[in-house]
Amino acid sequence: MKTDLKTNFKAIIARAYVRIIAANREPSWWFSETLLPILSTAAYVYVYKALKAPPEYTGFVILGGTMSAYWIQVLWSMAAQFYWEKEMGNLDLYMIAPISRMSILLGMALGGIIQTTSRAAFIFLTGSLIFNVSFAVVSFPKLIAVFFLTLISLYGLGMLFSSLFMLYGREAWHGVTLLQEPVHLISGFFFPVRNLGFVVGVVASFIPLTLGLDAMRQLAFKAGAASGFINVNLELSVLAVLCVIFLVTSKYALELMEKLGKKEGRLTLRWQ
Amino acid sequence: MFENTKDTIRTIRTAGKLGWAMESNWTDPFLFAIYSVVRPIASSLILVVMYYVITRGKTSLDLFAFIYVGNAFFMYVVNVLFGISWVIHDDREHYQMIRYIYIAPMKMYYYLFGRGIAKMVLTTLAVIITIAFGMLALKIPINLMTINYPLLIFSVLVGIFIITCLGILLAGISMVTAHHSYALTEGIAGLFYLACGAIYPIDILPVWLQYISKLLPLTYWLELVRRAILGKSISTTLGGYSDFQLILIMLGTTLVLAMFSNYIYRSIEHIARKHGKIDQLTNY
Repeated sequence: MKTDLKTNFKAIIARAYVRIIAANREPSWWFSETLLPILSTAAYVYVYKALKAPPEYTGFVILGGTMSAYWIQVLWSMAAQFYWEKEMGNLDLYMIAPISRMSILLGMALGGIIQTTSRAAFIFLTGSLIFNVSFAVVSFPKLIAVFFLTLISLYGLGMLFSSLFMLYGREAWHGVTLLQEPVHLISGFFFPVRNLGFVVGVVASFIPLTLGLDAMRQLAFKAGAASGFINVNLELSVLAVLCVIFLVTSKYALELMEKLGKKEGRLTLRWQ
Repeated sequence: MFENTKDTIRTIRTAGKLGWAMESNWTDPFLFAIYSVVRPIASSLILVVMYYVITRGKTSLDLFAFIYVGNAFFMYVVNVLFGISWVIHDDREHYQMIRYIYIAPMKMYYYLFGRGIAKMVLTTLAVIITIAFGMLALKIPINLMTINYPLLIFSVLVGIFIITCLGILLAGISMVTAHHSYALTEGIAGLFYLACGAIYPIDILPVWLQYISKLLPLTYWLELVRRAILGKSISTTLGGYSDFQLILIMLGTTLVLAMFSNYIYRSIEHIARKHGKIDQLTNY
């Protein structure tokens, strides 16, 4: 049992290591992952400027753009990752290795969080400085709790998607593409989700970023509370529940899809 | 000469067919149709909601139509740019066919263009659907009888050529970068989204950014498309130019871009072949 834990722990570190180190070995990655994403975020800031929106909306966009970095990473480097691994021939090796598949997913998530945090931090700091965003934090402990719960539940969702997309070919790729803009819309990345109405807000709450972003806006901006969707404490509780649900479900989904994949011979099927 | 043209057309046609198959045959036509509609509509609705939140739904303002039309046509930039530049990674790392494509008796340049055609067709449909949605559901004031169709068709064709040049330039860069460069394409599209006045008049940009904006042919392309559809300009910076002047500036900047794109693509391709990067595999 001890050896198993140690091996799985090593697998987590190894999978995370590839992401963290590889990113630093590719200079073009830094350019395309840190400098360029801020440009489209800035475009949304200018839309609000053209509309003569209140200044806090600039902060809303910068925060949305920052968290968008995590969403894009979860989609392309978590959800679609097993599809890539299958196409590259790595998935077979994961199946053969004496480790839990969950270790690979956890390693991917851990590496992804560290890798993306540098990009997100750059967007946040640069955007805040360039556009002179003023913050009025109501409660730091709550803000930190919301941020981490959002990340954990988000990457839990990524692990669940990864398991579900494992058997798919190009459908996985296109499915992920489809989750980009529509989620930016219903989760309120660039405006308070409250404006979409209560029903849409509730449905969108299954994506952790919806409540996470709303709570962060309520806690970090002066006018945030007035445009909030629901109470921050309730949002914190729902995020905690989502963490548990997604992490547990991803484990069962992975087992189920692996079994199904073996039965149908789709685990090693490439170039579909 | 005739044989060369025939070969070029055959390359573009075959690559176009291949691109279309890869884009569309992963699912049934019904699901594919839904997929093709949902994304562009969602992307436009983000801006629509932002606009509604601030103006409380005053869609009669010129700025609303300006934003909506600009965003709809900007889809060409995102999709075609990605459609062309991603071919390098797709063929090199995913299908691992790039060395066979290089060996085949055809020019890579035309193959890339052909592969982008599927995206052009799909984007044209997406733009039409988005504009129709805007007219019917959001009451965007577009009168189909007063659209300047010759100017619109000419502008769209030149626009596609501009984006193709940019796509080929990025395809060149992709030859020496790892497979993550989809972020590079999205980022470059973000640069144009910011600087070309796709969703706001360039007048509100800082002066230094307006200078960059004026160097980009896409700025003039978007302005011409809007003038053709909406019949007017709300940009004070570009409003002083006549349609003819804008066309001339667009063609001039396009010519410079085409030469630059060709030079960069050929230079980087040479470097990639020299350093054995043409069929490199990267995976993180």
